[in-house]
Amino acid sequence: MTVHSPLRTEFPGRPEPAERTPTPTRPAWRRRLTRADEKASPYLYVSPFFILFGLVGLFPLVYTAYVSVHEWNLIGGEGDFVGLKNYTDVLAQPYFWNALRNTISIFLLSSVPQIILALLIAAALDSGLRARTFWRMGVLLPYVVAPVAVALIFSNLFGDKFGLFNHLLGLVGLDPIQWHKDVLPSHVAIATMVNFRWTGYNALIFLAAMQAIPRDYYEAAMIDGAGRIRTFFSITIPQLRATIIFVVITSTIGGLQIFDEPRMYDTAGMGGADRQWQTLTLYLYHLGWTQKNFGRASAVAWMLFLIVVVFAVINFLVTRRISSKGSR
Amino acid sequence: MASRTTPRMASRKATRTTRTGRIAVTAALSVGVLAALTACGGGSDAADAAKTSSASGPVTLTLATFNQFGYDELIPEFEATHPNIKVTHKKAATSNEARDNFFTRLAAGSGMADVEAVEVDWLPEMLQYSDKFNDLNSPDVQGRWLDWKAKAATDAKGHLIGYGTDSGPEAICYRSDLFKKAGLPSDRDSVAKFFGTTWDSYFAAGKQFKAKSNVPFFDSIGATYQGMINQVQAAYENPSDGTVTATDNPEVKKIYDQVVQAGITDGLSAKLQQWSDDWTASFQKDGFATMLCPGWMVGVIEGNAKGVKGWDVANTFPGGGGNWGGSYLTVPKQSAHPKEAQELAAWLTAPEQQIKAFKKVGAFPSQKAALESPELAAVTVASFNNAPTGKIFAERAKAVTMSPFKGTKYFAINDAMQQALTRVEQGTSPQDSWNKWVSDVKALG
Repeated sequence: MTVHSPLRTEFPGRPEPAERTPTPTRPAWRRRLTRADEKASPYLYVSPFFILFGLVGLFPLVYTAYVSVHEWNLIGGEGDFVGLKNYTDVLAQPYFWNALRNTISIFLLSSVPQIILALLIAAALDSGLRARTFWRMGVLLPYVVAPVAVALIFSNLFGDKFGLFNHLLGLVGLDPIQWHKDVLPSHVAIATMVNFRWTGYNALIFLAAMQAIPRDYYEAAMIDGAGRIRTFFSITIPQLRATIIFVVITSTIGGLQIFDEPRMYDTAGMGGADRQWQTLTLYLYHLGWTQKNFGRASAVAWMLFLIVVVFAVINFLVTRRISSKGSR
Repeated sequence: MASRTTPRMASRKATRTTRTGRIAVTAALSVGVLAALTACGGGSDAADAAKTSSASGPVTLTLATFNQFGYDELIPEFEATHPNIKVTHKKAATSNEARDNFFTRLAAGSGMADVEAVEVDWLPEMLQYSDKFNDLNSPDVQGRWLDWKAKAATDAKGHLIGYGTDSGPEAICYRSDLFKKAGLPSDRDSVAKFFGTTWDSYFAAGKQFKAKSNVPFFDSIGATYQGMINQVQAAYENPSDGTVTATDNPEVKKIYDQVVQAGITDGLSAKLQQWSDDWTASFQKDGFATMLCPGWMVGVIEGNAKGVKGWDVANTFPGGGGNWGGSYLTVPKQSAHPKEAQELAAWLTAPEQQIKAFKKVGAFPSQKAALESPELAAVTVASFNNAPTGKIFAERAKAVTMSPFKGTKYFAINDAMQQALTRVEQGTSPQDSWNKWVSDVKALG
């Protein structure tokens, strides 16, 4: 966006070349060069990003599509062209649907509470706390810890027989939860790791946006007799609309591609003996690296891409509607 | 706090600049990463150049192992005797993890260590790509290993792809204190007799133990199954043509039924998956009383059961001898220093070194000379009630009469079977779990 501004500021200066034209010393090609410079250089300035994106983003995307319509062994390499066979093969496998269910379940269990919690934490941090910087740094701390380390610590806490959480449940007389056996508890455990890591990060993004909300609005609302809860829902949330959309979409993308936490949740790394917590990315990894079938793995990768796009669009539409209602 | 009073427009502009800022940062970061990558590439090229120009210059080798090879103290010794070679040792936690790394880097064509350890379970899989590894045949190492050990790592062209490190002759490890508490014989000779020599007698002993103790008899049906299936000549694949026979092999089904009967119906299993957090923690909490125990497992138990007294090892193994695991050192063609790498692999797998590794972590030698060495026979393990493990495992090694055939799909099929057994321990009915395994194996194609 800032890229366009130099162009625009040049426009008022446009008449200048017209004044210059009479001067015969200035050759036409130079003028053309100047104009080309004005037109092209902004694109040149942004080009490094797009060149890099082409190399590490677009090219792999297209190449994955190419791999997905071929028989392809991890080590053997390219085989015959098979069309959409890899896609139909994968869609016919119950593990794909199982992985899709797990992915969506873990995504919902992590993203929803995470964003609500992050909003509340941000609201708390936005109020007049003592040692504000300390608290603000504190919520970011889990983000600094490597995901694999988080997963190792949490999978220890979530041990079925000797884990801390089941020990605590035992102290209050509850039956232990089979964290590695039952589907929902395993998803809750993995979502907990994700939330632990990302809540503080999102809270800081919300906090930054909250700080930009003009205080006059709150003062006016207070004079009209609105309480803190009313101002939170009627001023803070609507004013955060753009930020909420951003956070929802980034966490959708991240949530649907979750890998580290479920991979480290047990030692086999396959997503459980009955694939209780095998997410799509784990399934993809299993196809590609254990079965060495890159064709099928690429097909899953493409379907995952489409699923992420669909979810991101749905979320974008939903969040835009919900929060704009309040602001109008 | 100026930002608190900025008007809305300004705040919007602020968000915009932060976003472009973020893109700029991303771009800058990516440029940085690219630069670092190219720098890395350049670095190794430079190293190659240095190597070819002056072969005598110091060479840094990487060695990739997993679990416990017992090389930590051997490496400084090697460096001391080979002043031109520095060794960086990378350790993966489990064999599965090492396998994933191994094949990913093999496929990528770069990033492998100069010396890569390979476990016998995925050796057949890697032998398919034996042309990506250096032939390590050399008169110096001729006849160094037990015949079956060297044969397994020789490809169709007669190239020796890996130098054998350890082997896994199996005995049974048990908690003598828990046996004593249950009023059963607890010294290792009487326990060996108590266990008997067949799986039936071992499970019968388990039932007797269970009648007198609250502690489960063995750790998991998966681990026990592993010991049983390793006694089947061709469990999953037909040795002559490599076709998958696993799901129709009556021997596999029989073992499955037998181990489920003992572990689940008779309740002998602690249902602790090997290597899980619970399994590791259970060594401190009387998790189970016995387990199948290849030589290298002694080191694992020692590590997990620190401070727990009572582990011992009985000189017997149901169903004849058994071998579980054992590894090889290979030199991928990716290595920039194959000569030095081979030197390191040959040195580490020499009988003298392997005996030291055995003393350290219980990785039992696969070298003929080591098995006959009096030094090995004298090895005892203090934390195992001074059990003469050298003598016991040498005898167990002699009881191994065959080496099971493991084809290219062995690893994947066996992994699926381990998951099937885990499902049974988690409450799935044995028949459902078996059916799921059958469809898993079929899906492998």
